[in-house]
Amino acid sequence: MSNGTAKKKLAGYWAASCGGCEISTLSINEKILDVADAFDIIFWPCIVDGKARDVEQLEDGEIDVCLFNGAIRTSENEYMAKLLRKKSKVLVAYGSCASEGCIPGLGNVTNRKEIFETSYTDCVSVDNPDGVLPQAETQMDEGTLLLPVIYDTVKTLAQTVPVDYFLPGCPPEAERIWDAIVAILEGKLPAPGSVIGAITTVCDECPRKRTEKKIKKFYRTWEIIPDDETCLLEQGLFCAGIATRAGCGACCPQVNSPCIGCYGPNEGVTDHGAQLMAALGSVIDSDDPEEIDRIIKEGIPDPIGTFYRFGLANSFLRRTKLNQNSQDA
Amino acid sequence: MSDFEPKIVGFCCNWCSYRAADLAGSARIKYPPNVRIIRTMCSGRFDPMFVFKALSLGADGVLMAGCHPGECHYVDQNYKAMRRYGMIKQMLRAMGIEEERVRLVWASAAEGHILAEYINEITETVRKLGPLNWSQNWVENEDRLASLEAIAHEHKEALEIKL
Repeated sequence: MSNGTAKKKLAGYWAASCGGCEISTLSINEKILDVADAFDIIFWPCIVDGKARDVEQLEDGEIDVCLFNGAIRTSENEYMAKLLRKKSKVLVAYGSCASEGCIPGLGNVTNRKEIFETSYTDCVSVDNPDGVLPQAETQMDEGTLLLPVIYDTVKTLAQTVPVDYFLPGCPPEAERIWDAIVAILEGKLPAPGSVIGAITTVCDECPRKRTEKKIKKFYRTWEIIPDDETCLLEQGLFCAGIATRAGCGACCPQVNSPCIGCYGPNEGVTDHGAQLMAALGSVIDSDDPEEIDRIIKEGIPDPIGTFYRFGLANSFLRRTKLNQNSQDA
Repeated sequence: MSDFEPKIVGFCCNWCSYRAADLAGSARIKYPPNVRIIRTMCSGRFDPMFVFKALSLGADGVLMAGCHPGECHYVDQNYKAMRRYGMIKQMLRAMGIEEERVRLVWASAAEGHILAEYINEITETVRKLGPLNWSQNWVENEDRLASLEAIAHEHKEALEIKL
């Protein structure tokens, strides 16, 4: 892969994320050496030592590619997203958090005040008699100490700064990561704004036998042991594969576990959960409004966590209704 | 609140409900002008995405109208609308949106007066509930900009220290 010319500059960053995306870059195994051949890693807090000021001192656009994982939920996340956008030629929303909010995005069912109360006062294992909460500014003898503020609403990277490419998945699969790296190196990137991945759904990669899907009841995963040949949705498990972008190789359904939708919506779809609802409209086997309501209420007790486990922050509704009083937190 | 005029997006299927609206017009049946009607070929085309998008872009309510169950021009697509409506309501409840803001009704091509009645009902229901103003939900706390500036300031100071 090395071409003898000057190495390209690669940066990486994690905002609100779990660190799994960093680990996933190593899942390309020995090909990581080709990456090291082709790129200088100039900033990547998880992997090499570096400070924000190293990035601030760069020329605008000096970074060739920045792989940004994590959602935006604090002022620090937002600051770094804007900084890296300015310094990077190509900004990639790497992984589900940066692309669509993912699990951190589920924080949008609550707000800062409630999160602080749970974490710093209400939780039974917390010992905080004075009720001290994190403050943006704290005066000390030595000077003022600053902490980033936490936002009420988690945002995706693209809701914060313009993004060139999206690499979905929680985390992205090794083959897709490698596809992206090769595309970057060969300069064969798709049109800006594209998702680097397949343009079909998980069902296309799933080897299970599919006939007509008609179900009267949704089962939770612990309630039944599905057979390992028939489509999981036909067996009553909520499998999100019907409306989820392919690219993972259907790895979950292949081990008897329903797709949870981590690759996000397929091409042309904005709202993943709404697409799942549309698809399930022809799967639920009842023409009686009351029975339909019962099937849905019993089978999908947590619609946000079921339809929008990964896509809440990127959905049209984005978050639950924010109690106006809580903004004064 | 008395000045509040609800914005309601109405989805009508081509074969029954849109014709009901047409009939209401030619029969000069009065109904509130709050509903903006969008015609689709069938109630099976009422994607839940349409409903959520309308609400997030400023609609205070959504009315969906199709052919009566069993009378769909495309055999059974209105049953799909019915099931999707069940999931939409379940989602709205979880999001903290009053489920009365979204309604699925049936009106045949001969039922202009019935459609007008439904439009009356949802307009009054939404008027009582008040504006939804959904996009206000993610306008960020006012301390956001102050904090961003504080970070920039702190970093600027750090950059001035030459090692």
